[in-house]
Amino acid sequence: MRQSNFLARLGKQARERLTGLGLFTRFFFMLLQRSSIVLSRPRLVSQQVHFIGNYSLLIIIVSGLFVGFVLGLQGYYTLNRYGSEEALGLLVALSLTRELGPVITALLFAGRAGTSLTAEIGLMKAGEQLAAMEVMAVDPIRRVFVPRFWGGIIAMPVLAAVFSMVGIIGGWVVGVLLIGIDTGAFWSQMQNGVDVFKDVLNGVIKSIIFGVAVTLIALYEGWQARPTPEGVARATTRTVVTGSLAVLGLDFLLTALMFSN
Amino acid sequence: MSNEKTDWWVGLFILLGAIALSFLALRAGNLSSFSLAPTYALSAKFDNIGGLKVRAPVKSAGVVVGRVASITLDEKTFQAVVTVQIEKNYRFPKDSSAKILTSGLLGEQYIGLEAGGDDADLVAGATLQFTQSAIVLESLISQFLYSSAEKQGTPQGSESTTAPKSPKLSQ
Amino acid sequence: MLTPPQKSHQPVLRLEGVSLGYGGFTVLREISLEVLPGQVVAMMGGSGSGKTTLLRAATGQLVARQGTITLFEQNLAHADRPLLQSLRQRMGVLFQQGALFTDLNVFENVAFPLREHLSLSATQLTERVLEKLNAVGLRAAAHLKVSEISGGMARRVALARAVVLEPELVLYDEPFAGLDPISLGITARLIRSLSDRLGCASVVITHDIAESFAIADHVYLVGQGELKAHGTPATLGASTDPYVQQFLHGHADGPVAFDYPVTPAFEAWLARTGTQP
Repeated sequence: MRQSNFLARLGKQARERLTGLGLFTRFFFMLLQRSSIVLSRPRLVSQQVHFIGNYSLLIIIVSGLFVGFVLGLQGYYTLNRYGSEEALGLLVALSLTRELGPVITALLFAGRAGTSLTAEIGLMKAGEQLAAMEVMAVDPIRRVFVPRFWGGIIAMPVLAAVFSMVGIIGGWVVGVLLIGIDTGAFWSQMQNGVDVFKDVLNGVIKSIIFGVAVTLIALYEGWQARPTPEGVARATTRTVVTGSLAVLGLDFLLTALMFSN
Repeated sequence: MSNEKTDWWVGLFILLGAIALSFLALRAGNLSSFSLAPTYALSAKFDNIGGLKVRAPVKSAGVVVGRVASITLDEKTFQAVVTVQIEKNYRFPKDSSAKILTSGLLGEQYIGLEAGGDDADLVAGATLQFTQSAIVLESLISQFLYSSAEKQGTPQGSESTTAPKSPKLSQ
Repeated sequence: MLTPPQKSHQPVLRLEGVSLGYGGFTVLREISLEVLPGQVVAMMGGSGSGKTTLLRAATGQLVARQGTITLFEQNLAHADRPLLQSLRQRMGVLFQQGALFTDLNVFENVAFPLREHLSLSATQLTERVLEKLNAVGLRAAAHLKVSEISGGMARRVALARAVVLEPELVLYDEPFAGLDPISLGITARLIRSLSDRLGCASVVITHDIAESFAIADHVYLVGQGELKAHGTPATLGASTDPYVQQFLHGHADGPVAFDYPVTPAFEAWLARTGTQP
């Protein structure tokens, strides 16, 4: 009796997940369909770029700096064993532009901007602001969700590029200024090894895809949140967890696609 | 926050992004050595291209003059056909040779162009006559072992010996 | 009171035999009511009697399971989205908690419908918004943030926002709930004066008897999922229906029982926990 209960519950959960996935996809297409407001009222989007992007800059820059420091230090210790310290610049730059820049930025983004989006929308839902808009004949999807969606997509690649740049500088500070590697070797090995299309561009593409995924998940969880304090708290947790897992999963997929020969 | 102030901050944000991207592309990446100058194509056939990849540099006297555009296999002669794009302002004589060289000891492979002495230059689409294939480490080692085994006069080496062949100049 | 001359005497809102519910649960059965232009109608009933459900049906947010809802002479069941949007622009809604946009200040909140639906010049917009804020006595609070105003003030701002497009019908969801006596009086008077000034019909959903009877032309009393009584305040005051009597005089017990009914679930729970200290 308990076993069939367990199976029934499992089946129910699977069905719910599937329905959720379908709803998620429909939400995505709804956002795309109603995106014309980006052209008619660009100010709404730029305001969101400000709230999502500018307010994340500090954490991205500080994190990027520290990741760069650590890469410089750890990279040096490892390369030193093989007498290849001069390749430190190359190691730091490739690690950042290909992987760490887009991925860590996306994870931080999910935590900072993602949760604030989810909480904001969940609270708007709880305060009946979205319903008020609806009866005022204003489409809340167009007015509230679409600008935030495009704001996130624009902000993410910028943040990832800043992270990578700051990280490389951090690696330079540790490697050249603190440890004493030759600065010329640091930059020239990097420039010879980092390809604009293969490494930098692929990193940018990754960050754009991560931006779409994390912003979409954050907005969806806010849209679906129960309009109670507990409901909003659960929704923000789901944003971080689902968003982070999605980023890591997509990263594996994209890396396999982009960097395999 | 007023609209103008927000716009200003967003503009700054986007500018920062542009700066970061340019930094990555130029200072970290190889965009600065990426010339958008007009180019012309040349091709060369090799017995073995080793680890040569597309977009590898073509250097003459150590200066980058072009890039490898494509690598294919000629199904009749079973030779590798490498097409390179050379910058238009560099002209090479008809009897120039192309070698596949390695930068450093274990580094990336590139094509080295050595100018010949002919009066006429290679035209666009022409094929380089003289090429030298990549040095494959395994063949080098087996040649070394073969010749050292010979020198020690082992029974396997009692056949007619010839000096170890240098990599062929293929026509 | 004088009602301004109307183009038509057709009701702005009419429900005929309407049943409403969520999922498997029916909240209201076979409700029929109508609201004429310029009228102030009070919709009264106990908590959970489905008053908010009625409001959601009137705005087209909830579809009727039975019967027809006619808004501005259009059947809501057959209205497509563009028609629904144009109908909604002719009415205003005041939500229970105000539902102000917390990221905008007072002025921007009231200006919101104007910005979304009309293209006015900056001076015209400012003039209209300040005029409506003035009507609710908050003209000098236009610069304040939503977090800086009290609950009563927030509701007045929401009222200004609801009427800024000068609608033909305004719906008020519990406008008197939780207000102090002064604010109560102000709000009631505002509802009446705005209705007269703009010539719009008002539907006030409430369970506050004193204030609503003071301003309503017609009262509908809803209870136990159906329409119990309706009439002018005077008629209802004189009614002998036991439900009406219990409601109007606040008797603890009557048709609406005081004691929660015993269910098998309760008896099972009691059996489980009864023996434990």
